[in-house]
Amino acid sequence: MTAATSSANVIRKYLPVYFVLLAIFLAEVFLSFQHFSTGFLVAILLGLALCSVGLGLMYFMHLAQERRSLFLSLIPATIFVLLMMNMIWSDSFRILRMHSP
Amino acid sequence: MSESDLAMHGHEALMEPSPYAIPSRKLTVWLFIISDAVTFGAFLFAYGYLRVATPNWVRPFESSSVINVILMTFILITSSLTMLGAVDSAKAGDKPKAMRFLYSTMLLGILFAALHIREWFQLFARKITISSGVFGQSFFTVTGLHLLHVIGGVIAMLVVAALYARGRLTPGHVETMGLYWHFVDLVWMFVVPLVYLTNIAH
Repeated sequence: MTAATSSANVIRKYLPVYFVLLAIFLAEVFLSFQHFSTGFLVAILLGLALCSVGLGLMYFMHLAQERRSLFLSLIPATIFVLLMMNMIWSDSFRILRMHSP
Repeated sequence: MSESDLAMHGHEALMEPSPYAIPSRKLTVWLFIISDAVTFGAFLFAYGYLRVATPNWVRPFESSSVINVILMTFILITSSLTMLGAVDSAKAGDKPKAMRFLYSTMLLGILFAALHIREWFQLFARKITISSGVFGQSFFTVTGLHLLHVIGGVIAMLVVAALYARGRLTPGHVETMGLYWHFVDLVWMFVVPLVYLTNIAH
């Protein structure tokens, strides 16, 4: 197999991931025009965004092909830090209630 | 380790094997990506906090803005695909093809930045600026930070492409450039739903 053929095969290999990413995004756009409550919409969109990011991480950034130890070193710690940032929501709802109607 | 070993093999003999079986350069970029992801996370959480805590939040995005965002996202995802092609072509030793993919990625990045700036000017025309209120402050901060990453990425890609073409950089450098570019794309996957799609004017 020549270098050119090998490269073309790899692109074709990742085309399904590319189309799935586009499809997820278009689904997000479609859902945002439905009359959901903001909280519900954010939850759905975040879930879909996480799916997109997961696909991008694993296939476009080739994290699935790296050693498991790299994945375990990077991702859980990042998720933990991001989850810790969730502490602020109770304060935001408190401030919302403090505003005059 | 004897003196003769050092003389024969140099300090290479004393070096530990690369952790995670990847070059240090690649590990460094991954660590940078993680720190940048947390930075973007902080900005997006701050945006979310302000949105929840602010009654009568502005929802300025009409259909034209949504179409613009769809186009921008399509361009950025496609640029990730061309970047993938550049990395794989470089690894396969096909330098001309890798260069074509790199130029395509840069072009798409520039197009994305141009559309983004055009949209900003449309908001300015509607008196929505970084100093016009809480929405403006948070929107332009988040999208401005992402745009900065895109522009910085294009410039870095230009340098990597030029040096790779001259044989001064290896396919590994193209790969690490690719990691950064994919990261910029993935951040956009979070920015669009949180900042654009939840602020569509109904």
